[in-house]
Amino acid sequence: MTLLSVQNLKLAIHGTEILHGVSFDMARGEVFGLVGESGSGKSLTAFSAMQLLPNGAKTSGRIVLDGTDLLAQTEPQMCGIRGRDIGMIFQEPMTALNPVQTIGDQVAEALVIHGAATRADALKVAREKLDRVGLTADRFPLARFPHELSGGQRQRVCIAMAIALRPKLLVADEPTTALDVTTQAQILDLLKGLVAEEGMGLMLITHDLAVVAGIADHVAVMQHGRIVEQGPTEALFRARTHDYTRRLFAASAHHPVRTAEVTETPLLQVQDVRRSYALPRKSLTGPAPRLEAVKGVSFTLRQGESLGLVGESGCGKSTLTRAILGLEETQGGTIRLDGAEIGAGGMTPALRAKMQVVFQDPYGSFNPRWKVGRLVAEPFHLVPTPQAEQHDRVAQALSEVGLKPADAQKYIHEFSGGQRQRIAIARALIVRPRLIVLDEAVSALDVRVRAQILDLLADLQASHGLSYLFISHDLHVVRAITDRVMVMQSGQIVEQGQTETVFSAPQHPYTRQLIAATPVIPSEWMQDNDTLV
Amino acid sequence: MKGRLMLVVGAVLAGVFAIAALVSLVWVPVPVEQLAVASKLKPIGTPGFPLGTDHFGRDILSMLMVGARTSIAVAILAVGIGMGFGVPLGLLAAAKRGSLVDEVVMRGNDLVFAFPSLVIAILITAVFGPSATNAIIAIGIFNIPVFARVTRGGALSLWTLDYIRAAEVAGKGRARISFEHILPNIANLLIVQGTIQFSLGILAEAGLSYVGLGAQPPIPSWGRMLAEAQTMIAMAPHMAILPGLAIVLTVLGLNLMGDGLRDLLDPRLRRAR
Repeated sequence: MTLLSVQNLKLAIHGTEILHGVSFDMARGEVFGLVGESGSGKSLTAFSAMQLLPNGAKTSGRIVLDGTDLLAQTEPQMCGIRGRDIGMIFQEPMTALNPVQTIGDQVAEALVIHGAATRADALKVAREKLDRVGLTADRFPLARFPHELSGGQRQRVCIAMAIALRPKLLVADEPTTALDVTTQAQILDLLKGLVAEEGMGLMLITHDLAVVAGIADHVAVMQHGRIVEQGPTEALFRARTHDYTRRLFAASAHHPVRTAEVTETPLLQVQDVRRSYALPRKSLTGPAPRLEAVKGVSFTLRQGESLGLVGESGCGKSTLTRAILGLEETQGGTIRLDGAEIGAGGMTPALRAKMQVVFQDPYGSFNPRWKVGRLVAEPFHLVPTPQAEQHDRVAQALSEVGLKPADAQKYIHEFSGGQRQRIAIARALIVRPRLIVLDEAVSALDVRVRAQILDLLADLQASHGLSYLFISHDLHVVRAITDRVMVMQSGQIVEQGQTETVFSAPQHPYTRQLIAATPVIPSEWMQDNDTLV
Repeated sequence: MKGRLMLVVGAVLAGVFAIAALVSLVWVPVPVEQLAVASKLKPIGTPGFPLGTDHFGRDILSMLMVGARTSIAVAILAVGIGMGFGVPLGLLAAAKRGSLVDEVVMRGNDLVFAFPSLVIAILITAVFGPSATNAIIAIGIFNIPVFARVTRGGALSLWTLDYIRAAEVAGKGRARISFEHILPNIANLLIVQGTIQFSLGILAEAGLSYVGLGAQPPIPSWGRMLAEAQTMIAMAPHMAILPGLAIVLTVLGLNLMGDGLRDLLDPRLRRAR
């Protein structure tokens, strides 16, 4: 039976048409996956159903939820529908909860607003719902505040809020993108169970084909504001009729061709590095307790090698990265780059110039007030170079990463996420370093852009003889680009070895757990179509 | 579009007073020292005295023009003192966040904030004698913690960003990063805060002159014009209304201009327009 029917939905914002006639039907008790890249209109489709659109938006068509045309409702009527008939889960659990309210109050709020219960009763329901999402009363009393919970736990609170009134439709916008793989697997299981139990429909918006493969009954692929293909998940994934779907699949399974030669010469030697932070004192006397973030890590990165470092948030990989970059003091051990020791403050410019970094967030990596030319030239601070030569080398670096030399005159906001990441790579290349630390460098990118950046990295490695330290939580990407991989857990490296060996025959239980939790598209679905490798 | 309109209205209002102040340096309709008791308390529109005269027969338009000069000069210098000390202190505190330096700077700020500003300004001018210079210093001192806090707050959030990390990897020190990356990106905040403090400075100067602790006679000032009008308000309401309007319009214009400037100066917002 149809729960939600979207018919010829068009959306224009300030006169620019963004959705060009989207139509689909969703049944009760069904998981409907809406996949597409950023800017394809998948979130705006969901927001149209909620009538939560930016100023200047005009919709036409019909969105019928259980007999009610949502587009014909007035704002006060929609307020009655949102939260009661449609629940929503957002991507970022860190900001989706109010930090000054207890979790109990926030879950109960929906019930009180809709007049479904008094505050006392609402708190009882909140308790039930929190139990249902796996936050039990003994460990998670209603009086907890969001900052006392982890990301996965907060997402569970968001889910409890969304299902408090047993809505008919649950909209989840990238609900697991900000979470670690093991947490992601748990949250997806929870959502799947809720849909089966409560008989609600779940609209799952995501860019991750593997997530959809594991959970959705039906799937629609969106591109440029249109649904290009839709149908039952397995059939659609096996057939891949539309060209765009095929390209998406190819990109997500993309393995760049790597021709770089790994030498035996060690480039980066990390010996028993320890890093700890002082915690607030527990009493007036006595030493402050310390948190050990990195507990004696040792490894060697060879010249021309790509070394992967995987682990979940909080495992210490960012702390280790900052120590390697010489930005923080360590409490023990040594880090040597090309034979010279690295320590915060005491690095010579020549040593720093041997190592550069590319960060995750293409939007936060650049000073918005500088032009690209100046941004890319910033590392020249390390190696004094005449202006004219700097200018030439900026132009050259921009060409190497696939941009135009004329782009040096533009501001950073004129570029897309993928182009910005190219600029970040140009900035890292400009002083011709030996080692580039890639800190989640492709995690924020769409699959097709990610595939291009991975190709670029592989090409640059071969042409410049670079070594990469590739830090990521995404096992697919690490498998595609690295020679060796290290798995980090609670400040220690629990397993390291050749990438293929580690992935095909993991030794440590934690590695096995990580690999098992990573969503994959069943391999037999992929065999029917030979156009793919 | 709305931002652009605000900017224009604000700039016109503030510009009128700025021009009046500049013109008064070389020319005024009637010299303000010139008393003409015979033509005292003339209403608005009297030939020769377009905005009327006060109880000594001085031309009010001329007084307002010279008064604008006093107000603007005091406010500019006071904001200059506040920014000149407050911004570097704020940058320093943010660059060394969590350290002893940060604590000393910010607790020092708290100390200044803990005193009621106008009362201390009155104290300073009372001890060192009433004059425009002492008013400037008194108002300026209380601007320092305002700018230090705004700067530190804005800078702290920037220090967590990746482009700061990239600059550190490029070997730049904290001072250089503070001036190259942090300062330009908090300029918006400082401009907006600057215009607010500027208008507060004009108000503070008017307040101090009102109680006789600002610029001393015969230098005209809006605050003292208001004070002198007090006893004449029934006979010559224009004597109070005109300086009052001058203060209100200048403050309003500066605030509108501050908001408009912030929108104009941000390259990201420029694209959105």
